[in-house]
Amino acid sequence: MVTAGSNKWGMVVDVDRCTGCQGCVVACQSENNIPINLEEHFNQRRAIQWIRIERYWEGEYPNVKARFIPVMCQHCGNAPCEPVCPVYATYHNNEGMNVQVYNRCIGTRFCANGCPYHVRFFNFWEPEWPESLKNQLNPDVTVRSRGIMEKCSFCVQRIQRSTRESERDNEVLEDGDRGLNPACVNACATNALIFGNFNDPDSKVSQIKEDAMKEGGRGYRLMENMGTDTNVVYLKKVDQSVEVTHGH
Amino acid sequence: MQEHEQLSHKQINEDLLKDVLTVPKWWLPAVAFLGLVVVTGLCAFFYMVYHGLGVTGLNRPVMWGFFIANFVFWIGISHAGIMISAILRLTQAEWRRPITRAAEVMTVFSLIAALHTPLMHVGRPWRVLYWIFPYDFSRGIWPNVRSPFVWDPSAVGTYLIASSLFVFICLIPDLAILRDRAKKPIVKKIYAQLALGFLGTPRQWKLQIIAGILLSALVLPVFVSVHSIVSWDFAVLIGVEGWHSTIFAPYFIIGAIHSGVSAVAMLMALSVWLYGLDKYIKPDHFDAIARLLIIVATTWFFFFFLEWVYALYTLDSPDIALRELQALQWPYGPLFAIFVITSFVIPVPLWLFKRVRRSAVLMFWTTILVNIGMWLERFLIVIPGLVRRTHMTFDWGTYHPSIIEILIVVETFAFVCLGMLLFAKVLPLIPLFDIKEGMVNRRLIKVGRRVVPATIREGLPHHYYEKKH
Repeated sequence: MVTAGSNKWGMVVDVDRCTGCQGCVVACQSENNIPINLEEHFNQRRAIQWIRIERYWEGEYPNVKARFIPVMCQHCGNAPCEPVCPVYATYHNNEGMNVQVYNRCIGTRFCANGCPYHVRFFNFWEPEWPESLKNQLNPDVTVRSRGIMEKCSFCVQRIQRSTRESERDNEVLEDGDRGLNPACVNACATNALIFGNFNDPDSKVSQIKEDAMKEGGRGYRLMENMGTDTNVVYLKKVDQSVEVTHGH
Repeated sequence: MQEHEQLSHKQINEDLLKDVLTVPKWWLPAVAFLGLVVVTGLCAFFYMVYHGLGVTGLNRPVMWGFFIANFVFWIGISHAGIMISAILRLTQAEWRRPITRAAEVMTVFSLIAALHTPLMHVGRPWRVLYWIFPYDFSRGIWPNVRSPFVWDPSAVGTYLIASSLFVFICLIPDLAILRDRAKKPIVKKIYAQLALGFLGTPRQWKLQIIAGILLSALVLPVFVSVHSIVSWDFAVLIGVEGWHSTIFAPYFIIGAIHSGVSAVAMLMALSVWLYGLDKYIKPDHFDAIARLLIIVATTWFFFFFLEWVYALYTLDSPDIALRELQALQWPYGPLFAIFVITSFVIPVPLWLFKRVRRSAVLMFWTTILVNIGMWLERFLIVIPGLVRRTHMTFDWGTYHPSIIEILIVVETFAFVCLGMLLFAKVLPLIPLFDIKEGMVNRRLIKVGRRVVPATIREGLPHHYYEKKH
């Protein structure tokens, strides 16, 4: 059993603010040493994107609107992927995160089938980078070999570094201190992504969540009916001009 | 069983050892061909290990494909052994005698074939030991017992060990006969080693029989456990509508028995044709197994029906969409039709006719149909289950098996056939001692005005024996 830690990391995604610019996707690619997705990878449906922007079209021509929803690992409190891994390559840590231990993974892909959000990615090929890009690999993040699963880690390397440094200096870690925020949050131009500690009542995410989850609030979670108890809270679109027909 | 023909022990020995001590003409070409297919499959496997799973057709929504469907199929076939040798042995069904060994041997080979694919298809097969052995090695971490994947190798391993032991124990008396009849000294020596010094003393017979009964009783839990665990590989996943069903365990088990017993009937027909064993495998035997098959197939169909009812009863849009995909949309719709027709609609009504039940040819073709259907059943569970249109439209996609996957699936079939052929070359496929035991127990008894053959066991009332003496 994992005991509850003092932190419970989570994210708030304001769909209303998302412009679908894909900045978070690019930031994530470069922060986490994700192999470059070529056209053939997309054609084979084997592209790896820890965070992706799903685009939905709404309405009839000419009143068509694009809706965007960023989807990353929801870090479920009750994750379908965790109990099925035979080698504990994925497990729940005491900071509320669903973590992936690359070295343990043998690649049964059981977790990938189990994930309702489809945010687990399998390395079908050995990852390759052009010679010129090898020097930009992030030294804090493992380069995954072929045959193993990977997924959004909430940039665990950043969380580790900032918590460690704040402990060293005996300071309380607050929102966005010491480079705590994941790469996607830092890159988001419209502040659609907000990261923080749900256990800290003063943190931005806690306050937004409290507001949003009230009766009539904008908050929802993806596929809440699954009972996955996710750590990512979505805020729905404010625009009322078009009837919402997709998503939840 | 109405036919009765007493054969002398000498004749039984000669008939059944004929193919062991000599080589049939077709044997070498057949083995060479199957060997070639197996080698090709192994090359495909090494190619896959060398280059990575990218060479398969698997992709984001469909992380499991042909391999897992094939795995479930072979586990299903392996249920033949336990059904025939344990259940029918414990219920003392006489007609099982000539087919027990063939069924058990097929079980052993199909279990090995089943183990091929899941072990091959992991991302890093060289680390597979961390998964299948309940041991922490030097990593300080034990396997996750909540995962059905940990129980899969343990259940299949138990079944494999029990079946191999069972085959061996039932072989000992026959090995002793082979030892006595082999001509080449080296061959004689090998059989002598394997026979463990069996001389046919009453004590040895007693031990052999006790071991056989104990094994068939102890292996009974496996009858339920193996395929239940295999079904949990699917049923535990809440995110996959078509898999997350409580009916999966019994549904898988009965499906396994359906395909397993059909495979045994197929095997019976093959041994009549290839080895000319029609004196031992008679229309009566086909009749008995077909009657069993009618019950099994109908029960299976009931579960199949229930599974659909449960899914549609939810009136949940993803469930309905999945069922539409499975049954109505290209390419799964035609496959679904073939599956239902071949596994139930054609064979079961045919088996209702005595003429069909007693014909080796018709039994062969109907049971082949059943197994085609049952392979498709597994395919239709695994692949449309993952291809389904989820809420996450980003991940919609389909699956086409690559040539590598097809080669490896074909390899498993060739592997089982090759294993059976090699086994039949060195050891008799029909248990000699079991047949003789059946003959000894069989007497002609008078029922009213008719004289019919009957099998007499110790269980009969005492006065019967008193009259005899």
